[in-house]
Amino acid sequence: MISKPTTQTLRHVRLALWAGAAALLLLAGGALTVRTYMAPPAPRATSVGEADIRSEFALMEHTGRAVTEADFAGRWQLVFFGFTHCPDICPTTLAYMASVLDLLGPQADRVAQLFITVDPVRDTVPVMAEYVSAFHPRLVGLTGTEAQVAEAAQAFRTWYERVEEKTAPDGYMMAHAGHIYLMDPDGRFEAVFQERDQPPEAVAEEILMQIAKEEQQE
Amino acid sequence: MKLLTASLLTFAWPLAAQAEIIVTDPWARASVLASRPSAAYLTLTSDAPDRLLEVTSPVAGHVMLHGVATDSAGVTRMVHIEELDVSPGTPVTLAPGDSHLMLMDLSRKLEEGESFPMTLVFEGTGDVTVDVPVLGPGAMGPTEERP
Repeated sequence: MISKPTTQTLRHVRLALWAGAAALLLLAGGALTVRTYMAPPAPRATSVGEADIRSEFALMEHTGRAVTEADFAGRWQLVFFGFTHCPDICPTTLAYMASVLDLLGPQADRVAQLFITVDPVRDTVPVMAEYVSAFHPRLVGLTGTEAQVAEAAQAFRTWYERVEEKTAPDGYMMAHAGHIYLMDPDGRFEAVFQERDQPPEAVAEEILMQIAKEEQQE
Repeated sequence: MKLLTASLLTFAWPLAAQAEIIVTDPWARASVLASRPSAAYLTLTSDAPDRLLEVTSPVAGHVMLHGVATDSAGVTRMVHIEELDVSPGTPVTLAPGDSHLMLMDLSRKLEEGESFPMTLVFEGTGDVTVDVPVLGPGAMGPTEERP
């Protein structure tokens, strides 16, 4: 039984995202000193504009090609930030995104799926190439310098943080937000999803609906 | 032998009044790349209150139980869980995108199609060893493997 996301739930998702974006701005203001796994209570959201979230980046594709958002212009984008040492959320979400891509059928050409690492020191171009190929031949892996990744994350208003963890490989893990962003063909924010909130069919349906709407307007 | 006994107990549970913990549908994700942690998932059912204290496996240097907490800002973090209570009548499910057993310091890549033993140490029941099949890197659960 597949349920379509209702307007109500999408609104909740959006509200949660805006709250998140506002909280990030506050956190970035200097309060981001938390070094534990436990999340602190989020500061209350004030207000934040939709134009804040943009697909803007200069990164290196897993093929070794330097790319910016312009290389994906004219296509919808499904964007997820994660890292290859991530045991659960990242493989789960990437497998989910691969299902969404398969469900789009012939329209999959119109959607670019981008996996941006938040751990560029370890996730080099060859590492990303091997990793993304395990999930979907069309999944694009993006890495770069730490500054480039930080700028990309800033444009998407997403959050990540290095967490020291003695037993982890190299002594650390990355904590990060688990959102999948749907960006329109102009690189503007359209919607946000989390893997656990709905089956992949619902996300595919939402994207197909957006594509149909776009075609009507043309 | 221990493994065999545990499997027998698991399968024979409805008939065996002694057994208290059932481990259902254990599975782990195949490693995409070497020296990366993997995750294992399962469901625990108990007919008496019990507590999972520790998990070990010969393939992993450490096994940590992680929960996932999302704060009101939508930030998801892994939360290390030291001990897990299991209550009668309330199965505890570890599933992708939620709670998981993080397999760290893997001695080798986990390959799809193989399986490995994992021992769960309970306060009351003691050791329960299960055989954990390894599914593909993009697997979401063992259901697709069932007839």
